[in-house]
Amino acid sequence: MRESRWTGFAFLLLLLGLWEVAGRHGWVHKLFFPPASRILASFVQIVFSGEVLGHVGASLWRAGFGYLLAALLAITLGVLMGYWRAVYEAFEVVVELLRAVPPPAVIPVAIVFLGVGDQMKIFIILFSCAFPILVNTMDGVRGVDPVLIRTARTFGLGQGPLIWKVVLPAASPLIMTGLRIALAIALILVVISEMVGATSGIGYFILDAQRSFRIPQMYAGMLVLALLGYGLNRCFLLADARLMAWHKGLTARQR
Amino acid sequence: MLEVRDLRKEFQPLSGSTVVALASVSFRVAAGQFVSIVGPSGCGKSTLLQCIAGLSRPTAGHVLLHGREVTGPPEGLILLFQEYNKSLMAWRSVLKNVRFGLENRPGMSRNQIDAEARRYLELVGLEGFEAHYPWELSGGMQQRVAIARALVRRPEVLLMDEPFGSLDALTRIELEDALLRLWESLQATIVFVTHDIEEAVYLSDEVYVLSRRPCQVIEEIAVKLERPRNQLTTREDPRFIQARHHIFELISKEMSRA
Repeated sequence: MRESRWTGFAFLLLLLGLWEVAGRHGWVHKLFFPPASRILASFVQIVFSGEVLGHVGASLWRAGFGYLLAALLAITLGVLMGYWRAVYEAFEVVVELLRAVPPPAVIPVAIVFLGVGDQMKIFIILFSCAFPILVNTMDGVRGVDPVLIRTARTFGLGQGPLIWKVVLPAASPLIMTGLRIALAIALILVVISEMVGATSGIGYFILDAQRSFRIPQMYAGMLVLALLGYGLNRCFLLADARLMAWHKGLTARQR
Repeated sequence: MLEVRDLRKEFQPLSGSTVVALASVSFRVAAGQFVSIVGPSGCGKSTLLQCIAGLSRPTAGHVLLHGREVTGPPEGLILLFQEYNKSLMAWRSVLKNVRFGLENRPGMSRNQIDAEARRYLELVGLEGFEAHYPWELSGGMQQRVAIARALVRRPEVLLMDEPFGSLDALTRIELEDALLRLWESLQATIVFVTHDIEEAVYLSDEVYVLSRRPCQVIEEIAVKLERPRNQLTTREDPRFIQARHHIFELISKEMSRA
């Protein structure tokens, strides 16, 4: 595990070196592919001048708010749909249809109703994050063993405590899977939505840099996004490893 | 205290005609008794227990606990399943699994629940395993956790659905004796479903033999063997052998009935 990470970093350095050389020797378009060192310098500059931090903050706020709302709604509905057949039958067609719509296609509609501000962006993130969480929660709840539910009932648990203390934890590994998929989607959609009418956010920053020919800054913005995505995913995996330690242990044993 | 009266349960499969799982089952269990129910496999023993436990509504007939009709899971009655690996909560430690038995009991503090859970873990011989997850334990130990979780509630009636069915023979013997000791000290009423005739005779005061599906009680056999029972002397007792012989004949006659 350790070694493979070092080879990974070595390969990254090799690629950066190649980029640097290619940029300096004019093997690629000089303006469009500035050498890696210039991009890095630009990155340092936008980070330490604080220029990009405001944009990152705006993006994180939108993504985070939309993501949490999506989690709340989708887990609730997913539990209801997974647990009660009647709810599933009522919602299934609507959910399947909406799920099939690529979220960027909803942006024009959202603009009509919500304008181009934060509300629209948060709605788009909510819309796109909800489905992977919903579908996974539903599957997770459906997969809860009937023996476990009967056991809880024989101990006198009513529907509420049964869902809270038994169904949700039993379904939590799949709910976490849904949350992880949604995290990546939130980042994609916040950037897309910020490229459609915005004056802040990392998506806006990248597009603005490109439009005003600040090409190194455009790449630096992408680097910020890459690091942000990587960091968020690491944080998620850390939390996952803690919360789901029992599940890792259980599945490792069953293998 | 527990009475099953003309219990009938039908299932409507997706296609085909109605399946009658229980035709008309009637029996009584007196307080403090250890009763076993044996019958050919697939005869509807599990269905019967689920009806008694209030987890499944009978098509007709009644289950009475202290003279009151059972319509949902009654207080004071716990059903313990064979599949301990499914009924235990994999995300909870052993201690927390046992605690679960008391968590929805009003008027108990955290500390009281904790102390009770520890006491029952000790009773089933699992002290020192409180912090383990159930799936880290052997099958026999997992079933002990499930037993502790059921007993910590001090149920008047404990229904057990083939609890030792998937354990190896030696673990089984160990748990049979552990269960008898607990039953004697806690004075619960136990209804024990098994397909193992010897196990039924060894444990019980009374063995009810069920017919093939549609199921009904074909005979009630009183087991008049001294307690405490002993794995060697009890099983060698002529009365044990006689009871075993008789039940075996009843069941093989049932099974060969086409």
